[in-house]
Amino acid sequence: MDVKKIAKLAHLEITEEEVALYTPQMANIVAYVEQLNELDTSSVEPMLGGLTKEGELTETRRADVPHESLGQEKALDQAPSAVAGHFQVPKVL
Amino acid sequence: MKEGWEAIIGMEIHAQLATETKIFCACAANFGDEPNANTCPVCLGLPGALPVLNEKVVELGAKAALSLGLNVNETSIFARKNYFYPDLPKGYQISQYDKPFSSNGELTIMTAERDEQGRAGDWKPLTIRIERMHLEEDAGKNIHEGLPEVERFSYIDLNRAGTPLGEIVTAPDFRSSWQAYDYVNHVRRVLQWVGASDADMEKGNLRCEANVSVRRIGEEKFRNKVELKNLNSVRFMQKAIEFEIERQIAAHEAGEPVNQETRLWDEKNNQTRIMRSKEDAHDYRYFPEPDLQPLTVSKQFIEQVKADMPELPDAMHDRFVEEYELSYNDASQLVSDKDLAAFYEATAQASNNPRVSANFILSELLRELNNADKTAKDSPVSAENLAELIKTLDAGKINNNQAKEVLTEMFGNGKSADEVIREKGFEQISDRSTIEKIIDEIVEKNQNQVVAYRGGNEKLFGFFVGQTMKASGGKANPKVVNEILKEKLS
Repeated sequence: MDVKKIAKLAHLEITEEEVALYTPQMANIVAYVEQLNELDTSSVEPMLGGLTKEGELTETRRADVPHESLGQEKALDQAPSAVAGHFQVPKVL
Repeated sequence: MKEGWEAIIGMEIHAQLATETKIFCACAANFGDEPNANTCPVCLGLPGALPVLNEKVVELGAKAALSLGLNVNETSIFARKNYFYPDLPKGYQISQYDKPFSSNGELTIMTAERDEQGRAGDWKPLTIRIERMHLEEDAGKNIHEGLPEVERFSYIDLNRAGTPLGEIVTAPDFRSSWQAYDYVNHVRRVLQWVGASDADMEKGNLRCEANVSVRRIGEEKFRNKVELKNLNSVRFMQKAIEFEIERQIAAHEAGEPVNQETRLWDEKNNQTRIMRSKEDAHDYRYFPEPDLQPLTVSKQFIEQVKADMPELPDAMHDRFVEEYELSYNDASQLVSDKDLAAFYEATAQASNNPRVSANFILSELLRELNNADKTAKDSPVSAENLAELIKTLDAGKINNNQAKEVLTEMFGNGKSADEVIREKGFEQISDRSTIEKIIDEIVEKNQNQVVAYRGGNEKLFGFFVGQTMKASGGKANPKVVNEILKEKLS
């Protein structure tokens, strides 16, 4: 279990102590979920989209007609830092 | 390219589909609005907001796919592509992964190598494989210039976040930078032609990336490839690929490593430079998007899109060559733009003279359009009016130079050919008896010259032509004048 790699992908900084703590914990979680592999699902259609059979009849597309958007002021209202109509973030390449 | 080496190039094109609204929300997909104004909880990635697919994306996606020779899959699955970047508010992009919207395409393009001056050699067909075109949402835009403290901060505009894209991926089937160049131009024109995308690179609604490697001819294995980004025009792309081919060959020959990495085109220094190495390559951890149903399209829908598809430019080109007996290059120029092609066809049919129509449109009309900064779509001279002019020219009522002058006038004031010809007094006199009458008078008045001519001074024939033209105010049909003069003076 490469906990360091997962931490990096999630943009988390963890200490060596935490690596030692989380490694067996995460291995346990994965082992727990892996029990599902014991079931034979070869004849079961994968379910995607989280809807029941009845729900599949729900309209899942919309017409290409614009609705009113939030507008600049509201969009930026909750931003930790907004300058000149933009979200301001630490410098990226 | 250096003797003994070949280049292996694959292309990825992102084309923005020409919808009114974004792919998963009803915000306007406009370019150039106030920053962050066209946003809502869905495209801002606010908690709890759910995506709903824009049906127009399916239609335009199908048009794009079919026009590029791809098969539209009856079921495709949206997937989350996970990565962190400030222009991606959700922390994932909704894209497609193992079940894309369309796949297994084969496309034939016309391509030619260019000489040092950029002149094309022989155009030859090249068939390449297109692996897939999947549907996805675009990210927002990062701004690094023109705002406060740009050395410390970047700025984000999310108006573009969530606009629909088709990502078109080819197999590594190109062997030169010019093949890749002709391919991108082909895609650009076809997408515009069927109305799937505006495909304007300057506005960023068509973006391309190239994967380039080289190998010695005869080698089976591929060597390390380099991904080229920041290719802001087709020309820059071609230059970047060319530079990269030479750089890689030189490195291999010198025994230096060619690393698998991403490089950017540096426009100022005319070279590629490293952006990130393979070690930093992303692990996107794709998984099916649980908030969206699988995308299903019926056979019937695909058939309908096929039926509604306009004739594609290559087919139209071949038909023009065949049916109207145009040259390869003339036909190419005419189908370079859908409106121009339609304008030509209307003119050719109405005038019943396809060849003169082609000549006139390609030389005269295009010049007028260029001067006025217009395109065939907003030509002040309609195809019907141009056809009238060509018919008048064909009937010998006006000559070629007069026809050009009439066109310029029609272009300026939108009048019909007949009106302009009448106003200019260009109508030629071709009526034999009228011309005969004029000539009889001239012969009568110039008996000395008639005797001299008959005595062997043949140069005097020109004198009689001149006198006749003068007496007719320049309107006499020169061909008829010649004929009658020969009779009368013999």
